Amino acid sequence: MTHSGSDTAAAIAAIYRDESRRVLATLIRLLGDFELAEEALQEAFAAAMSQWPVDGLPDKPRAWLVSTGRFKAIDGIRRRARFDETLAQAAIELETSVDDLPDPDERDVEDDHLRLIFTCCHPALSPDACVALTLREVCGLTTEEIAHAFLTTPSTLAQRIVRAKNKIRDAGIPYEIPAAADLPERLDSVLRVIYLVFNEGYSPSSGAAVTRRDLSAEAIRLGRLLAGLLPDPEVVGLLALMLLHESRRAARTSVNGEPILLNDQDRSRWDHALIAEGSDLVTTALRSGRIGPYSLQAAISAVHAAASDAAGTDWAQIAGLYDVLLRIAPNPVVELNRAVAIAMRDGPAAGLALVDELLARGELADYHLAHAARADFCRRLQRFEDARAACERALELARTEPERRFLRQQIDALP
Amino acid sequence: MRYLCLVYAEEGKLAGFPDEECVAHDRALRDNGRCLASEALQPVATATTLRLRNGQLSVTDGPFAETKEQLAGFYMIEARDLNEAIQLASNIPPIRIGSVEVRPVRQLPGRQRAADAV
Repeated sequence: MTHSGSDTAAAIAAIYRDESRRVLATLIRLLGDFELAEEALQEAFAAAMSQWPVDGLPDKPRAWLVSTGRFKAIDGIRRRARFDETLAQAAIELETSVDDLPDPDERDVEDDHLRLIFTCCHPALSPDACVALTLREVCGLTTEEIAHAFLTTPSTLAQRIVRAKNKIRDAGIPYEIPAAADLPERLDSVLRVIYLVFNEGYSPSSGAAVTRRDLSAEAIRLGRLLAGLLPDPEVVGLLALMLLHESRRAARTSVNGEPILLNDQDRSRWDHALIAEGSDLVTTALRSGRIGPYSLQAAISAVHAAASDAAGTDWAQIAGLYDVLLRIAPNPVVELNRAVAIAMRDGPAAGLALVDELLARGELADYHLAHAARADFCRRLQRFEDARAACERALELARTEPERRFLRQQIDALP
Repeated sequence: MRYLCLVYAEEGKLAGFPDEECVAHDRALRDNGRCLASEALQPVATATTLRLRNGQLSVTDGPFAETKEQLAGFYMIEARDLNEAIQLASNIPPIRIGSVEVRPVRQLPGRQRAADAV
């Protein structure tokens, strides 16, 4: 291969990395089908690999890839149409519908990207399906990579994605950006999917490792992408929340992989560039005047980040932010976190009363962190036998090995 | 009197069941003037369940009727896509106390719609 040939190959690789998902998003709109669009995308890049080293890079590589992919798809349908009459009709319809299309401009491309995100995160798909589909189609991860991240087999994951695409097709989930009236609810569903991906990378629901960094990085990338396309305050709030959590990654586990509680973390190991970016975004989100749950959680995280240690933390402000959060998004886990903040502000007895009330309602009876919090309050109140019992209950319920090790250490440290 | 006949079957068994037989039966019943509306449905995996509580619409994957909830009626609607179907179905009054399952109709090969046949 000549020198310029390898330059072209490198350029194509870069274009694939930067543009393939956007080309796919436009092809899905033009072809009306995920599978067809993916085949077309692969064929367009195969054509680029053979033509560009000879002819040089086109002026607008993305437009070239879209139109090549579109014609390859129509060609393919036409070839198959010799054996199937309904396909012949489909080929004619596709051809006439795309014949006089102008090259998609920047705004179209952004809209296609949003269409893809909203379709992959449609609430009529199960959360698991949304996560898998988003990572595959929007982020471009392979099924093997996604399966690995979720500790499942590639065939299970591939099946989940196929089922989701079948539902999109058979149930008639449209490829569109929701109308203004539906946007808040539909955006919630997108944000939930991104946060699920982030949390699976930050606090995996099961398994040996405490964090799976790649998923968090993907979620942050998605958050940045969405904030660029649709700068809604809650999108900005979610991005801020993820950045502020991510800033503590190096400090939140010991060398042996045990979790280190926020109050015990070495704050010099926090990533201050991420904290600065996250805190600025919190300010932007709160200034909008439309305050949602992600922005509030980010604000709480920013208050933690601003303190040099646990004692210097503005617990009154944190408790106040939790009060607001509980009003707009009632949730027992938020109540638990509020109880922890109030225990820091007013002392462990106040926190214990709140946690006991929560546990009595039964909603968090099987949540290990509720029992771990109770153990901590009891220990601080010198009620060591109660602390031991709560810790043992938390140990029974904890699902990851590092958390179990941590709880065993807590039990051993009790007098 | 008008009666609604609801067809229940295991999907695994349905997959191998002959569509032609269903189409022929349907045609005979329509020729008799006894069939008002009839459709086959897509598999349950395509279902979407809607609920409205405190003015908040919840949309979930799958058929998630509570076991206490019983079939109380049906609407056959024409919609551009699932989003429009959700929008129309979210106005069905009992959605506030129960749920509405939205399931796409499956086009059987070689069969006209009842409305077109009349």
